[in-house]
Amino acid sequence: MKLLNYTSSIFSGILFLLLSIWAILFYFEMLDEIYDSLDDGLENHKLLVIQRAHEDPSFLNRPEFEDGFTIQEIKQNNILAFTDSYRDTLMYMQNEKDYEPVRLLESVFEQDGKYYLVKIVTSMVEEDDLVKELFFGLLWLYFGLILSVILLNNLLHRRIWKPFYKLLSRLDSFRIDKDTEIETEPTNIDEFKLLNTQVKILLRKSVDRYHVQKEFIENASHELQTPLAISINKLELLVEKDQLTEDQTEKVAEVIENLERLTRFNRSLLLLSKIENRQFPEMEMVNFNDLVKEVVADFEDLASYRSLRIEVKGKYILQHQMNKDLARILVTNLIKNALIHGKEGGIVMLEFFQNSLEISNEGVNLALDSENLMSRFQNSSAGKSSTGLGLAISKVIVERFGLKLSYNFSGRHTFRLDF
Amino acid sequence: MKILIIEDEKEMLQNMRQTLEMENFLVETAGTFKQAVEKLGVYRYDCILLDIGLPDGNGLELLAEIKRSKNNDGVIIVSAKDSLDDKIKGLDLGADDYLPKPFHMAELNARVKAVLRRKKFEGAQTLDIGNLKIDIDKHTVQVDGEELDLNRKEFDVLLYLGTNENRLVSKSALAEHVWGDHIDQADSFEFIYSQIKNLRKKLTSGGASLEIKAVYGMGYKLYRL
Repeated sequence: MKLLNYTSSIFSGILFLLLSIWAILFYFEMLDEIYDSLDDGLENHKLLVIQRAHEDPSFLNRPEFEDGFTIQEIKQNNILAFTDSYRDTLMYMQNEKDYEPVRLLESVFEQDGKYYLVKIVTSMVEEDDLVKELFFGLLWLYFGLILSVILLNNLLHRRIWKPFYKLLSRLDSFRIDKDTEIETEPTNIDEFKLLNTQVKILLRKSVDRYHVQKEFIENASHELQTPLAISINKLELLVEKDQLTEDQTEKVAEVIENLERLTRFNRSLLLLSKIENRQFPEMEMVNFNDLVKEVVADFEDLASYRSLRIEVKGKYILQHQMNKDLARILVTNLIKNALIHGKEGGIVMLEFFQNSLEISNEGVNLALDSENLMSRFQNSSAGKSSTGLGLAISKVIVERFGLKLSYNFSGRHTFRLDF
Repeated sequence: MKILIIEDEKEMLQNMRQTLEMENFLVETAGTFKQAVEKLGVYRYDCILLDIGLPDGNGLELLAEIKRSKNNDGVIIVSAKDSLDDKIKGLDLGADDYLPKPFHMAELNARVKAVLRRKKFEGAQTLDIGNLKIDIDKHTVQVDGEELDLNRKEFDVLLYLGTNENRLVSKSALAEHVWGDHIDQADSFEFIYSQIKNLRKKLTSGGASLEIKAVYGMGYKLYRL
C-alpha cells in the first residue's frame, strides 16, 4: 500500500471514530439545551398565565387548550405531593393535520382559596427531524474533512517526501559498474539528511568492494592463465620440431590435454566469480526459443558424432529479462550436458511449456544425486574432462535472474527451467 | 613482413617469437612500455602484437599513440585479463583485433595473417596453396579452376589449416576456432574428425595437391604434396 493511501486511510478511520463520538455527545448536549430552553419558556408562560388569571378570573375555567394552556380546578387533597412536572406528549396540530410532539408543563396554584391545575404546552422540535438534520450535517462535515485531509495530504505529501522519492529513483538507476557516487537532494529534514548520508556511505562501500573484487578476478585470471598458456604453447612448439617418437608425442599430447583441462576449469571458476560479483549488468528481453535454435545449430556436429538426435518441441514462446551472454551460457551448458551424457543413438528433447523449458536425455539408468548435483565439483560418469562447474554456473545464473532450475529422473534425465 | 611483439612475460614472448619466425616473419620484440615507445618511435611495422597488461605503463595508451601517428600499422591487442571493458576500449581506439590469453599458436598465426591480409592486400583476399585457390571473402575453393563444393564448416577448417600451412594445429585450437569457445568443454574433440574425413574425401576427389595429416593425439597438419 502506498504511504499516501496508508496515512489517508488512518486519518479517515480516526476521524470517523472521533466524529461519531463527538456527534453522540453533541446530540445529547443539544437536546439538553433545547429542553432547558423550552422548559424555561414553559415556566415563564406559567407565571404569565397565573398573573393573568389573577386579573381575569374567566381564565380559571378552561378545560380545553386555548392559547397553549388549560386551567382546571382541583381538589385540595390532590395537590399536597404535587411538584411541577415537565413531559413530552403528543397533541393534534391543525396545520399539520397530525399529532405532533409537544412539551407539557403541569403545575398547580392557589387563588382565592381555591386550587387550580394548569397545563402549559409549547411545540417542540421533532426529535427525529433533529436527529436527521444533525446526521446529515455531520455527514457533510465528515466528507468535507476527509476531502480536505486527502487533498492536503496529496499536496503536502509529494513536497514533503520529495527527497525520499528522488533518492529511490536514483538508487534504482544506479549502476555499480559505471557510477561511483549517488547524488542526493539537499533537504532540511533531519531524517532525510541522515538517510542520504547513510545511503551514500553504504553505496561507496559497495562500489569499492565491487571494484576490488573485479580487479582481483582479473589479476587472478592473468596469474592463473599465463603459466598455463606458456606451458601449452611450449609443448606445442616442442612437438612441432618433429624430433619426438610417436610414443613421446602421445605423452606430450596427454600433458597438453590436462593443461587444457586446467585452463578450462580456471576459466569456469573465473566466470563463476564474475557472475557472483554481478559483473554482467546489461539486461534485455531474451527470447529463449531463438536462443535454443542458435545453440542447437552450433552443436549439430557434436550431436551427430554421438549419434544423438536433438528434437525441439512446444509452441509456447518463453522470454525473460536477463543478460544475453549469460542466457546463452545457461542454455549452452544444459544442452551440452544432455549431449555429453546422452546415450548414443538416443534423443535429446527440448520442450517449451507455458512457463518452463524441459531438456531431457536418456543416459545412466539411475537417478542422479539431485542434492549435490548443482554444487561445485560434482562429477558424474561421463568422463574426466567435464569440469563439473557447468551446472554450478547454471545455478548461479538462474538464481541471479529469478529463474528456477530443477532436476528429476523418470526414465529420462530431465532438467526443467522454470520462468 | 615485420612484426613487433610487445609483451612483458619473457617466456610468452619467446613462444610468440618462435611461432611467428617459423612463418618467416621478421620479428622484433619489446619487453617494457619504454622499449615499445622507443621501437615505435623509430620503426614501422606491418603488425603489432600489444599486451595491454604491461607493468610500467598502460598498453591502451600505446595503442592510442600508434593510432595517432596514423601509421596504418595493424594492431592486435593481447590480454590475459579477459576483460570486456578492455576489449571494447581497445576496439574503439582502433585496434584491429583482440586476442585473449591463453591462445593456441595456430590461433595467433591465423589472426596475424588475417590482419596482414586486410592491411596489405586490400583487393585480393585469396589464399593460394598448391593448386588450390581459396577465396576468403566469397567462401569458395577452386582446384585448378574447378570449384570444390564444401560446406561452411569444411571451408573454415580448410582455411584455418591452410593459413597454418606446415604447422601443427592442435585439435582444441581447430575446434575452438571453427566451432566456437563453448565447444571447449565437450567430452573430446573427436567430433571434428568426421568433418576432417569429409574434407579429405572432397580434396582427394577434386585432385587437390595438398594433404591433411593427423598427428596422433595432437592435431592436424596441412601441407603441399
